[in-house]
Amino acid sequence: MMNQVLSKNVSAASVVEMSYPSPLREFLSSFSNNKGALAGFCFLVLMVLAAVLAPWLAPHDPLMQFRDHMLQPPTWQDGGSVSYLLGTDEAGRDILSRLMHGARLSLVIGFSAVIITLLPGILLGLAAAFFPNTAGRLLMRLADIMMSLPSVLLAIAIMAVLGPGITNAMIAIAVVGLPGYMRIVRASAMSELNKDYVMASRVSGAGVLRLMFIAVLPNCMAPLIVQATLGFSSAILDIAALGFLGLGVQPPAPEWGTMLATARDYITSAWWVVTFPGLTILLTVLAINLVGDGLRDALDPKLKRAA
Amino acid sequence: MMSLLSIQNLCVRFGTLEKPFLAVDGVDLNVDQGELLGIVGESGSGKSVSMMAMMGLLDGQGTVTADQMLFDGKELSSLGPREKRRIIGKDIAMIFQDPMTALNPSYTVGFQIEEVLKVHLGMDRKVRRQRAIKLMREVEIPDPERRLSAYPHQLSGGMSQRVAIAMAIACEPRLLIADEPTTALDVTIQAQIMDLLLRLQKERGMALMMITHDLAVVSEVAQRVVVMYAGQVAETGLVQDVFFHPAHPYTRALIESIPESCRGARRLSTLPGIVPGQYDRPSGCLLSPRCPIAQERCVVERPELIRYTSRAVRCHTPLIPLQELKS
Repeated sequence: MMNQVLSKNVSAASVVEMSYPSPLREFLSSFSNNKGALAGFCFLVLMVLAAVLAPWLAPHDPLMQFRDHMLQPPTWQDGGSVSYLLGTDEAGRDILSRLMHGARLSLVIGFSAVIITLLPGILLGLAAAFFPNTAGRLLMRLADIMMSLPSVLLAIAIMAVLGPGITNAMIAIAVVGLPGYMRIVRASAMSELNKDYVMASRVSGAGVLRLMFIAVLPNCMAPLIVQATLGFSSAILDIAALGFLGLGVQPPAPEWGTMLATARDYITSAWWVVTFPGLTILLTVLAINLVGDGLRDALDPKLKRAA
Repeated sequence: MMSLLSIQNLCVRFGTLEKPFLAVDGVDLNVDQGELLGIVGESGSGKSVSMMAMMGLLDGQGTVTADQMLFDGKELSSLGPREKRRIIGKDIAMIFQDPMTALNPSYTVGFQIEEVLKVHLGMDRKVRRQRAIKLMREVEIPDPERRLSAYPHQLSGGMSQRVAIAMAIACEPRLLIADEPTTALDVTIQAQIMDLLLRLQKERGMALMMITHDLAVVSEVAQRVVVMYAGQVAETGLVQDVFFHPAHPYTRALIESIPESCRGARRLSTLPGIVPGQYDRPSGCLLSPRCPIAQERCVVERPELIRYTSRAVRCHTPLIPLQELKS
């Protein structure tokens, strides 16, 4: 009887074509349903292309000062010229070229800062989740202390110790972002730890390291990826803020925040000098945040439409 | 015959040293080779905690003590972590209550079965794959070649439980602990999974320890049964003895609350009250506040587990006369 039923099932299964959608395809279809995320992604792709191809695409050298064309307005305004599409700054440097080269700096620094935080963030977060009474207590209190300081202030303090420069700015931003990653990894690892599959893999003899990195970590990736994306945008903001304060990338290097800082004096007389770097920062951060939201919706259906 | 697993006086304490809570209180368990032992009791009676303590899964959360924890002649508590891991997972395997969380959502079913084979038996890739398919066929999963690449969320609860069973039996364990393996499944699947477990147990000659609420199942399949209440063994014996002639009032109450035994009655029979917790443990017999036949002695004095031939009962006033074993 049992066997009969079974064999019937087997034949039914072989008639109906059984195909599971691949995880990648599921992800892509649900990500592309989110129009905002898609738009943000397209903008980011353009931005990355502009950054990568800057030496070839940019109309001028970003550091070259055209002394005859100082503070020239953008091309569509009276007095603008086609060779300086977005105008020139107070030293006669082409703003478009500077923005394109600045994208290289901002994106590279933001990306590296995220990568630099991700690794210790994951390790410390997992340690805090697996040893809640020892490592967990210590690490979480440290994280609390770090999070109770305003992030820019903390970054400035670190920069003050390390001294200005691109590498140090990256390190400062990475350290500031660390507690966020630690907490996210710890929280999702702890909720995974209570599930039976963790128990099952302990029962089948898995050691702590195997549990951490093979059993638990992959299941914490969804919130982590989202946090990393949002961390990328806040890293770009932070590096711009540091640059604006004169602590990050040093002039004359074309960095968005640094450009804003030097353009401050011309805010009333030459609007384009301030507007374009500001707008670039705004659009880039917005695009990354949109992508982050889209990723969250696509990776974790439970969080969908949770604002 | 030497028993496969022999536990004497297992205690698990939770909470502080000054005011410990005895979740498991002097439990003795014996499982022979190829035997099917049923462990029954309501929620909170310490069934799962005893198993976890034995497997060493409680680390840090509770204090485990035992006079003896022998598996196949080896003392489990004296083994180093490495040796312990070699036994646990290979010779002792476990299946869990909720199949939907018992598989890792990040990996395909095939990967998870093969991982067990790789770690414990060190087979190479091709052999592993063949063996995984064979195992899946053995737990009656149709079309295993294709299902190897399915993720757990793409399988139904019954199917996931079958995969979990396949993983558990992958290394030919000698003892399989099934912690309420059918509780989270619907009734038709329950019967199938139970049939499957019984068939595997017979075919492979492994010992099966079945932890369950479902006395009806235990009465049909098990050879011996242990009835637990509030962390203690209330009664143990051969299934037919315990079920047809219960000696402990708690066992009788459990049997009477099986829906089948209430046929014709307007209401199901119940035992009022709940298992005592940390703060309301009676000083006498732990069942005394709920026991229908409790006497003065039961409120004051805590009964010991009294051993009879092939039977043990923890009660001052057993329901049937028993011949005490003089040791």
